[in-house]
Amino acid sequence: MAIITVKDLSKVYPVAVKDPGLKGTLRHFFHRTYRSVPAVQSVSFQIDPGEVVGFLGPNGAGKTTTLKMLTGLIHPSNGSIAVAGHVPFQREANFLQKITLVMGQKQQLIWDLPMLDSLKINAAVYGISEREFRHRLGELTEMLTLEEKLTQPVRKLSLGERMKAELLAALIHRPNVLFLDEPTLGLDVNAQVSVREFLREYNRRYGATVLLTSHYMADITALCQRVLLIYAGRLIYDGDLEGLLDRFAPYREVTLELGNERSPAELESYGELKQVNGRIVRFIVRQEALTKTVARLLANLDVIDLTVAEPPIEEVIGQVFQTGAIA
Amino acid sequence: MKRAVRSAIRKARALLSVYYAYMLEYRAELLLWVLSGTLPLILMGVWIKASQQGQFGLSPLDFVRYFLAVFLVRQFSVVWVIWEFEREIVEGKLSFRLLQPLDPGWHHFAAHFAERFARLPFAIALVTLFFLLYPDAFWIPSLPRLLLTLLTVFMAFVLRFIMQYTFAMFAFWTERASAIEQFWFLFYLFLSGMIAPLEVFPPVMQRIVQWTPFPYMIHFPASILIGLPVNVVQGLFITLGWMLLFFAINRWLWKKGLKQYSGMGA
Repeated sequence: MAIITVKDLSKVYPVAVKDPGLKGTLRHFFHRTYRSVPAVQSVSFQIDPGEVVGFLGPNGAGKTTTLKMLTGLIHPSNGSIAVAGHVPFQREANFLQKITLVMGQKQQLIWDLPMLDSLKINAAVYGISEREFRHRLGELTEMLTLEEKLTQPVRKLSLGERMKAELLAALIHRPNVLFLDEPTLGLDVNAQVSVREFLREYNRRYGATVLLTSHYMADITALCQRVLLIYAGRLIYDGDLEGLLDRFAPYREVTLELGNERSPAELESYGELKQVNGRIVRFIVRQEALTKTVARLLANLDVIDLTVAEPPIEEVIGQVFQTGAIA
Repeated sequence: MKRAVRSAIRKARALLSVYYAYMLEYRAELLLWVLSGTLPLILMGVWIKASQQGQFGLSPLDFVRYFLAVFLVRQFSVVWVIWEFEREIVEGKLSFRLLQPLDPGWHHFAAHFAERFARLPFAIALVTLFFLLYPDAFWIPSLPRLLLTLLTVFMAFVLRFIMQYTFAMFAFWTERASAIEQFWFLFYLFLSGMIAPLEVFPPVMQRIVQWTPFPYMIHFPASILIGLPVNVVQGLFITLGWMLLFFAINRWLWKKGLKQYSGMGA
């Protein structure tokens, strides 16, 4: 039984259009014209309880709009959504108790006060008993290693600590559906890793369902068994990461270490040359031609070392978005 | 039922104690805010001079006490919710509030209410200083009068809060809803009795003004505090009526506004 069901979801925004110049400004003042911009177009998917799903897409693809519809902040123009048995836009108290939304570029904590104060408000608002609050606070601060930071004003925390504090505030009511919009935005590698570790642990401990967007592919590869790829408001892929590679990147990267240098012109006859760096040479080879090409390389060149690898997922996704060459 | 009450009390306590702490973070600013509210004390000087020359039906001492009372009422009914709300919408912070099972209005109300207590010591200090400089003006209101003052000051605050929060709803449609408040403030300034006690207005004007919400935000509680004759029961009912009216408009605009907010992308 799916915990999130989305069917034919669409969202169209009216956007005011204004011509440049004084004339345009005056016309804009007296007679506003709007243009409809489709942000999300008939998107459908289902997510089961406990799944961790990555939501990928370039800026403006409709990821945040979809998250906002799923959390009930905005009303869909078309289609239906059910999250944990509720219609999000009705924002029933029971629904709000079960979900949370973390936005990497926005914060809910009161800037000038220690995070403990903001947490106290959240505890009261969500009706968490004092004992339960202490218990959860202990557990979460330990998982996030934030013990000493509870009584410091939020403005004194580092960016990484602040993100972890935001997570704590967003999870104190122990929601079982988490919507995370760029939770690692702007964090350094260490902080990214610890946020990732935490999310994995939270998912494991409470069986929470997680839907997250991220620009850092490492977040996705580390956490998500499944990805949704959205492009220009349309869902273009729904499946596991390997499937994504097979479908959009049916090629491999072959790296060679040669006994002596060869000219690029000579090397090009073996396949698409990506990089030549002294004796290190990299080729891009289509999957079906892989064995043949490798055999030729080994037969004709003095190869010291040879590795075959999948291209980095960033590149694959980038390529998909650039070419727009999508099913 | 009992559980609902207990949970409401717990929420109120948490909100008030945290927002009280928040307001105390700005001690220095708070003192400046209190001092910036001393306009009535300046007007007091003007009116004392005027009352020595003309006939206003009030003695110079009445004017002194009146404006001191105006100063106090104003201290405890200052409202700035429209600026806060505007900012929350522009910055998209309202979204976080909407995700919690508590109406966002309560956060603002609690912040304002808690601020009253943070302001109290400064206001008391200023009044004490005033009486030290001007012992003739000193008076002690009777206990029932004091309690009635507390009630009407609280109602003045609530009325002003609901009104401004209602104007704040226009922030859903325009980025500068506070312009409405600026315009409205002009009426508030003149008709509430802040600039001059309503007693000096022509009788016709007084009769009309008493049906507007303005006098109940300053003149009414101030008069009760210093013992000027006012129709208490009628005043309480008019205040209540305006509160309910603005509350209804507020909730109606809130519902429409949320749809608009959603339309613009939250």
